[in-house]
Amino acid sequence: MIKKLITISLTLLAFTGWNSATAQDTIKMGALATLEGAFAVLGEDGMRGVKMALEEFGYEAGGKKIELITGSSDASPDSALRAARKLVEQDGVPILVGPLSGSEGLALKDYAKTQPNVTFVNGVSAAQDTTLREPADNFFRFTTDGAQWMAGLGEYAYNEKGYRKLAVLAEDYSFPYTQVFGFLEPFCRLGGQAPLDARFWVPIGNKDFSSVIAALPDDVDAIYVALGGADAINFLTQYGQAGGELPLIGGSITVDQTVLGSRGRIREHVVGMPSAGPISDTWDDPLWQAFTDQYRKQFPDGFPSPSLFAHGYYISTKATLLALDKVNGDVSDGGKAMRTALSSLTFETPTGTVSLDERRQAIADIFLTEVTVDDNDNLVNKTINVTGQVSQTFGLPYQDFLQYGPVSRENPRCE
Amino acid sequence: MQRFLNKHPTRAVFVLLAIASLAWLIFSVWPEWLIDLIGRKKTFVNTLINGLTLGGLYFLVASGFTLIFGLMRNVNLAHGTMYLLGAYIGYEVAEFSNNWYLGLIAAFIAVGLCGMLMQLLVFRRMEGDDLRQTLVTIAISIIAADLMLAVWTGTTYQFTPPEWLFGSVTLPIVSAIKSSGEVVYLKYPLFRLMVMLLAILVGVVLWLFLNKSRIGMMIRAGVNDRDMLSASGVNIQLIFMLVFAIGAGLAGLAGVVGGTALSIAPGEDIRYLLASLVVVIVGGLGSITGAAIGAVIIGLAEQFGLAYLPTYGVVITFLIMVMVLAIRPKGIMGK
Repeated sequence: MIKKLITISLTLLAFTGWNSATAQDTIKMGALATLEGAFAVLGEDGMRGVKMALEEFGYEAGGKKIELITGSSDASPDSALRAARKLVEQDGVPILVGPLSGSEGLALKDYAKTQPNVTFVNGVSAAQDTTLREPADNFFRFTTDGAQWMAGLGEYAYNEKGYRKLAVLAEDYSFPYTQVFGFLEPFCRLGGQAPLDARFWVPIGNKDFSSVIAALPDDVDAIYVALGGADAINFLTQYGQAGGELPLIGGSITVDQTVLGSRGRIREHVVGMPSAGPISDTWDDPLWQAFTDQYRKQFPDGFPSPSLFAHGYYISTKATLLALDKVNGDVSDGGKAMRTALSSLTFETPTGTVSLDERRQAIADIFLTEVTVDDNDNLVNKTINVTGQVSQTFGLPYQDFLQYGPVSRENPRCE
Repeated sequence: MQRFLNKHPTRAVFVLLAIASLAWLIFSVWPEWLIDLIGRKKTFVNTLINGLTLGGLYFLVASGFTLIFGLMRNVNLAHGTMYLLGAYIGYEVAEFSNNWYLGLIAAFIAVGLCGMLMQLLVFRRMEGDDLRQTLVTIAISIIAADLMLAVWTGTTYQFTPPEWLFGSVTLPIVSAIKSSGEVVYLKYPLFRLMVMLLAILVGVVLWLFLNKSRIGMMIRAGVNDRDMLSASGVNIQLIFMLVFAIGAGLAGLAGVVGGTALSIAPGEDIRYLLASLVVVIVGGLGSITGAAIGAVIIGLAEQFGLAYLPTYGVVITFLIMVMVLAIRPKGIMGK
């Protein structure tokens, strides 16, 4: 009994003692990513991005030490909320970088409204309404959303590839809705078709795609696939096994390094797949080259090239640290000064300049890519085209863009 | 058969009609009105075979689960862990030796040994204490899941099956006739057909083992009355360990098979535990035949759900469970 009491008191002492001794000259930063579930690999790479930015700053910003506290979710909104609550309410972080997945971002935006003194910087979650409709004042997104990521792909599929009718296969939540909207809107405006009964929505974490593959129509020119992580690997392998022959078009995370770098038999079916997103593996900008070199050096066990998750978390963390630098690490005013600094922050990233619009949503360059095999026999996305400074409303006035309606399974209808 | 015909003539007619119409659905060329009604034949037949092959995989996992429960009344909630562990071990061995079959055998043996150890070190010490056993197995599954995540990270792994098993075969089933008069036959992944064959093989071997061998007789006797069996001079602990080894080994084997047909990643343990639970609840706890019936029903339900009601597919599985529980609370083959 006495032994137990001693253990308990020692444990308590360890926790409280630690905090009070270091509270003055350190700032706690929470980082939240999907380290569990179907997107675990994506989350791991996101965390690598956080560590790269921190390493670059020597774990210091504005003269204060940064203490990283990580949280984990499984891509479901409630798990993200639980992890964010723990970080904010128990660990008391004044700054939270995350989350990773679309619907998690929507949940955290709403949570941010209840915590006005905490600064939320998005990880890479890319659902449109996280910043488009009813944004939170203390939620910043330095990464672009799923619809922005598709810039140029719809036009490319219609004009260059000559596709006229498509089937759609995507996961059933806010991020793929955003991607499908961003891709189909220009494609259908040009005259392309994607009938509602040729759109297939599967739950996250679905393993067995054979029945969906069987249900895919034959009378389409190509299939647009917006799946991520393990889901994408499963689909691509099974599509090959089933003898599927239609050309594929990829969503941003479908042929990302988290999928291309996996150990499986997907090679034959993905080479030549067009896609679009915030990065391109073969981008020849020196800043991007330096970024990938640093990634490989720091994480020999990582992917052959950083994924868009490492990239996104890196940018988000770097923005946070830059803002902290500006306010000399002072967040004692509930982070107000820091948020002002964040709002006006413009900086150079490995993929061009990033700035925020009035709803604290990033404006950045988007890359049109195609999967190819590089000199080291790795699968990479090579750059085909770059669309400069894509905004969330595609250059339209805010009110006009709202006319398109919220993203959903049936937006655009495309008939 | 004859007795069934005499006893229930109307039911027999219904069964025959159902079989005949299913055969017609599979082998005929579908008329236009039917395609308008339920979609293309390719979708339907493919989904049907998918359901059966997925059922085969579920049977491989659930048969071990139900075997262990049947004899020891032990709900082993770490059964999914055995599946995932088998998959990882099999992957390492298959990669190292470049031989898929070796991976399959290694997974069966290694996980079988794990099962034996679990029985020896853990369950033996808390015999008859259901609640404690259940909690301990949950603890084991959580700890093991984190350990496996640390060792194998969150990456998705996929086995490279032997060359002759990769790709698809053309089935002698007409999928459609093109307007040019060309007959299109149905293609299907060969490996998935093999999963079904393997499940049938395992089912038959298990049945023979339980019903025709001496040890099988002891196991069945043990299911009915443990105390009497041990009183008649049988070392019941040895039997327990054997059954646990076979049950766990089957889960490990299924891990390699499932990892080849689909893929392996963290979280699969819970998925297959849940699948086995639903399968044995529907089929009846402790019955191998029940596990087979349950596996086929759940496999079909999942696949038809995915193809025809993608968004709400998951609900069908649980609806079936609720219905079975309402009509036959102990499962279809439960006693």
